[in-house]
Amino acid sequence: MTNNTPVQAPASAGTPASESKPARVKKIVILGATSGIVLEVQRQLARRRCELLLVARSPQRLAALQADLLIRGASQVLTYSTDLSSIPQHNGLLEFACRKFPDFDTVLLAYGSMHGQKDSESSIDVLLEELQVDFVSAVAILTLFAAELERRRTGCIAAITSVAGDRGRRSNYVYGSAKGGLSLFLQGLRSRLHPAGVSVITIKPGPVQTPMTDGLPNAAQFANPQQVAHDIVGSLERRSPDVLYTPRIWRYIMTAVKLVPESIFKRLPL
Amino acid sequence: MYKPAWNDQVPEILKAAAPASLLPFGLGRSYGDSCLNAGRDLIDCHRLNRILGFDESTGVVRCESGVSLSDILRVFLPKGWFLPVTPGTSFVTVGGAIANDVHGKNHHCAGTFGAHVHQIALHRSDKGLVFCSSRENPEMLRATIGGLGLTGVIAWADIQLKRVGGPWIDSESIPFHCLKTFLDLSHESNDRFEYTVAWLDCFAGRNLRGIFFRGNHAANNRKDFHPKSGPKLPFELPSWILNRFSVRTFNAAYYAVHVAKKRRAIVAYDPFFYPLDSIRQWNLLYGRPGFLQYQCVIPEKNLEAFEELLDRVGRSGLGSFFVVLKQFGSAPPAGMLSFPRPGLTITLDFAIRGERTFELLRSLDEVVEKSRGALYPAKDARMSPAVFEISFPNWRDFVPYKDPKMSSSFWRRVTGLP
Repeated sequence: MTNNTPVQAPASAGTPASESKPARVKKIVILGATSGIVLEVQRQLARRRCELLLVARSPQRLAALQADLLIRGASQVLTYSTDLSSIPQHNGLLEFACRKFPDFDTVLLAYGSMHGQKDSESSIDVLLEELQVDFVSAVAILTLFAAELERRRTGCIAAITSVAGDRGRRSNYVYGSAKGGLSLFLQGLRSRLHPAGVSVITIKPGPVQTPMTDGLPNAAQFANPQQVAHDIVGSLERRSPDVLYTPRIWRYIMTAVKLVPESIFKRLPL
Repeated sequence: MYKPAWNDQVPEILKAAAPASLLPFGLGRSYGDSCLNAGRDLIDCHRLNRILGFDESTGVVRCESGVSLSDILRVFLPKGWFLPVTPGTSFVTVGGAIANDVHGKNHHCAGTFGAHVHQIALHRSDKGLVFCSSRENPEMLRATIGGLGLTGVIAWADIQLKRVGGPWIDSESIPFHCLKTFLDLSHESNDRFEYTVAWLDCFAGRNLRGIFFRGNHAANNRKDFHPKSGPKLPFELPSWILNRFSVRTFNAAYYAVHVAKKRRAIVAYDPFFYPLDSIRQWNLLYGRPGFLQYQCVIPEKNLEAFEELLDRVGRSGLGSFFVVLKQFGSAPPAGMLSFPRPGLTITLDFAIRGERTFELLRSLDEVVEKSRGALYPAKDARMSPAVFEISFPNWRDFVPYKDPKMSSSFWRRVTGLP
């Protein structure tokens, strides 16, 4: 394995879905385009003259983003307003994407929600809503897009999960379990799509300074969105690694965290 | 601290707030307490940073209030557009540039930043979203320009950009040895040069010396341009680093370098306009106690007052690291509380050395008062209500335009109002 060639479909599976060697992102669908974690990603993609299809709920916010990204260099920006947590809407979105934004090469899932852990302990509704947004609706929409890319035998699916999904902690295990579930789902999806030449990237950011984390203690020390966006855009361009920790230090932190035996871990006030 | 990411979130914040409890906050480059709201709340606008529209034919850009000037340059300079007016740092927001009605090296021909604002949309706690231009709510526009953020939160503003040939400045530097020469140079240059400014060595005592800089946008775009990011001061330096000997040595070296250098040169725009932006966190140079800025304007006819000012600084031994001198033009002020007015403006900075420093600044205030000058709120942390009154005798006209839910530490300090 000295030669790191791009992923190719086995010969038996028909024509290999080979990309030109440095896989580059050109045409990207962003699910949850108004999410704080992805705003800077979109700017960096715009600067690279990418084409973008932005999907989010608020038409006003989408319009502001569209104007901004076009001025910043994006060669095309389409918007689609829908509530992604509502699964019946998903087919309409895929149909729109295939019709108005054909040949998209990358799908980036960026939305999520994080209620306070205490709220999801005291309210089953809050708990289920969190799982619906962060896990159920996410795997539903990814399954739709996965089938499309698998059929085309090309492309890349990336989704933003979280380091919080690597281990359940008393302070954040509901969000963590939804994101952890999503990470597991992506792992399986990666394996399924590998023969078709479709890459799947699991993006696990550490805490980042976004609206989602504003209220948390030590928010000032969280990673800045520019650095995280730089890492994410780099991984989309290279279509690797399979699992991206950003900032990089979190790969080592989480490796250590995962090594702590459960008998000790359950006693830690984390 | 509120950090809205979208304009549609601002009305809720205003609605829920108590009277006189909020202040919009940009990148925090005001030197004093005009960007602070002690014990109350700030609305951090840095996430409201989208460019909402651009008209290629007129050069008018519409942007949210948290867009920084450096961001505008990054996007529009490659397209051949430049800021109509820029202060000495690009790390300020459009909202802050309007709220302080900032000026730059081209004040003598372009006026202040506010003069290039065609229209704004303003979130008010009492009136909702208010559109202000020369036709619609012109007084609210004039109050917001230089209004220190107290009239509401700017949702977006239309700014007139300026066509340029590229990122290069055709600049000249000329040494001078007395105020009279400086004024002659300034008068002589104002018609021919878009940008003029001077640096002064206030440690030279009676033998005043300085360098006069002037420049125009260069027409040709002959060289490749690579903006570079400079070093960063990683931590506060001990406060003894800046003493009269090190500053004296620095000033002598700075002077010598510029005298020896070629008089005329094509330079990139960033060292010309933003010499300090290249050292991130340069403020840490002053160590833990920090520093005070002092910028005043004195009518030109009171030249002796100016000399008196320099004399007091010189005698105090608390000399200033970087002294900047500029002749303001006579354009009418764009805002009700705009600082620039015809005359000479000088900017000094003083590492804080306890009460001595404050005493010196009070003695400079006397000179400014006597000569009917003014102090700049954006750079102030200590002016008295009396000095504010002299600087802005019309400030009471501004009060009806103030948003009832806005306030700032500065406002309460100098007016005594909530």
